[in-house]
Amino acid sequence: MWVLRLIAKNAARHKLRTLLTVLGLAVAIVAFGVITTALNAWNTQIELIPPDRLVTRHAVSYTFSLPISYKDRIEQVPGVERVAYANWFGGLYQNDPKNFFANYAIGPENGIELYPEFVVPEDQKRAYYEDRTGCIAGQKIVDKFGWKIGDVIRLTGQIYPGDWDFTLRGIYRGAEVGTDETSLIFHWKYLDERIGQMYPGWSGQAGWFVVKIADPSASAAVCAAIDDLFRNSSAQTLTETEKAFTIGFISGLDAIIVMLKVISYLILGVIFLVLANTMLMSARERINEYTLLKTLGFGSFRVAGLIVGESLIIAALGGTIGILLTFPAADALGRAMSTFITVMAVKSGTLIMAMVFALLVGILSAVVPTIRALRISIVEGLRHIG
Amino acid sequence: MNNPLVTVKSVSKIYRRDSLEIPVLNNIHLQVPEGEFLALMGPSGSGKTTLLNLIAGLDRPSGGEINVGGIRIDSLKEKELARWRARNVGFVFQFYNLLPVLSAFENVELPLLLTGLSRKERADHVRFALKVVGLEDRMHHLPRQLSGGQEQRVAIARALVTDPKIILADEPTGDLDKVSAEEIMTLLSRLNLEYKKTIVMVTHDPRAAEKARVRRYLDKGELV
Repeated sequence: MWVLRLIAKNAARHKLRTLLTVLGLAVAIVAFGVITTALNAWNTQIELIPPDRLVTRHAVSYTFSLPISYKDRIEQVPGVERVAYANWFGGLYQNDPKNFFANYAIGPENGIELYPEFVVPEDQKRAYYEDRTGCIAGQKIVDKFGWKIGDVIRLTGQIYPGDWDFTLRGIYRGAEVGTDETSLIFHWKYLDERIGQMYPGWSGQAGWFVVKIADPSASAAVCAAIDDLFRNSSAQTLTETEKAFTIGFISGLDAIIVMLKVISYLILGVIFLVLANTMLMSARERINEYTLLKTLGFGSFRVAGLIVGESLIIAALGGTIGILLTFPAADALGRAMSTFITVMAVKSGTLIMAMVFALLVGILSAVVPTIRALRISIVEGLRHIG
Repeated sequence: MNNPLVTVKSVSKIYRRDSLEIPVLNNIHLQVPEGEFLALMGPSGSGKTTLLNLIAGLDRPSGGEINVGGIRIDSLKEKELARWRARNVGFVFQFYNLLPVLSAFENVELPLLLTGLSRKERADHVRFALKVVGLEDRMHHLPRQLSGGQEQRVAIARALVTDPKIILADEPTGDLDKVSAEEIMTLLSRLNLEYKKTIVMVTHDPRAAEKARVRRYLDKGELV
């Protein structure tokens, strides 16, 4: 008990130094926690994509489109149940890049049926089918921009020029926590008609096909069969699971997240050095006290316990504060990036990992000071006195 | 003469710095009877503190034997030596060596934490030791709230709280003003006379040495 009391008193001896170290550690833990949470949210979104959906796109690049006539041929491939097609629209609400959210055209009219994770009330779905300029938007962006059913939403095309007005006919919710609720979907026909008017040669093209298959375990064979169909055509295809397609589509974002994760580990590394330095300074200042304890007959284990214990207390304090701050920080980041990240839920695994890292930093920081304090002989240590 | 509590036989001490050998003590023979108050005097570098450290079991001789209370301490292992020190030796240092974050009471209690005494028993011992040194009313003060003389009295209370066979004091008045030094020496004398404590004290101060019953001089590592 006295050891704990002495450890606590020692930790509080240089209050400002301890406070700064604790805060530094807390900031590092927050950075680690928030970045890990964002990465988890991203992975959750990917994991929620149904395995029975494939995407067929141009073999060369996403930026090349495919003839809409491919739909009928893909539907003939054994194992394929239904086929829809889509075009990335890339329009900006109020022509402001800060208002970015995913928006794309889906055809045919009932193409949205291929997305069972987007739950739309039946009456809204019917209203959408009946309105050529109708659209369906996710609950999150509806909430963010304060839209309501019947509102006209104007998007400014970044790929297809001009202002495009869509009437909000339906609002979808995710079937599961973590399902994307930040997209806006409208009729491919509407897009195709206007493109045909502006650039006649561009109509009848799809950015990609969405293929629902009967058996997810047969996806590799179906992918190969679809691509074989167009092997000798001028627009060869590349078919993959929607999961793989999504990962590839925003691989740039994934790279940034990985980079941020590396940075969070580097922050932990820096804070380890800060805590190690604090502990080295403390141990150096207290060599005479450790020597006194050894002189009185206290063993190495007890003396080491004082140093490791102090380091652990600082680390645990920083870790705890960091973990507590991770919740509001993740929440704030989730709000700021609500159109990119669906659910910023801090997982218990992240918290455990953060605390383990904090305690590990605490133990490692105490290694050198402990060795130094134990190695110094009593006679040598007594010379430090005064 | 009482039985010798401390017997130092043919002890030598050589410090090694890289390839350099520095002889500090040479063929020392010394006996300290039980109940003695011995002052070890001599110029700086004569080996006084080294001899005290050897008797305290803080350092090991390069040659010879040291026997304290019937135990050959020079042949004890590190752990045994630490246990032996905890039970048998009380230390008083020039700079008091109190832990600054602990109160006078807690500082005096430190050596008792290595014993099997209950909390209440420890508290009784601490109160008694602080009473002996006249600091019963300051037991909850931190070292920084005490004067130098009072800090040294706390250190003396810590040295005697386990009722050790021997108290070893290294320049106990070296950091004190004349009045405080006088008080400390009077206290050490009292411990020797009233409580029959064997004391070995290293000092430069002839006034302090006067309080000892026996004075021995060291010069260039030899007792003269």
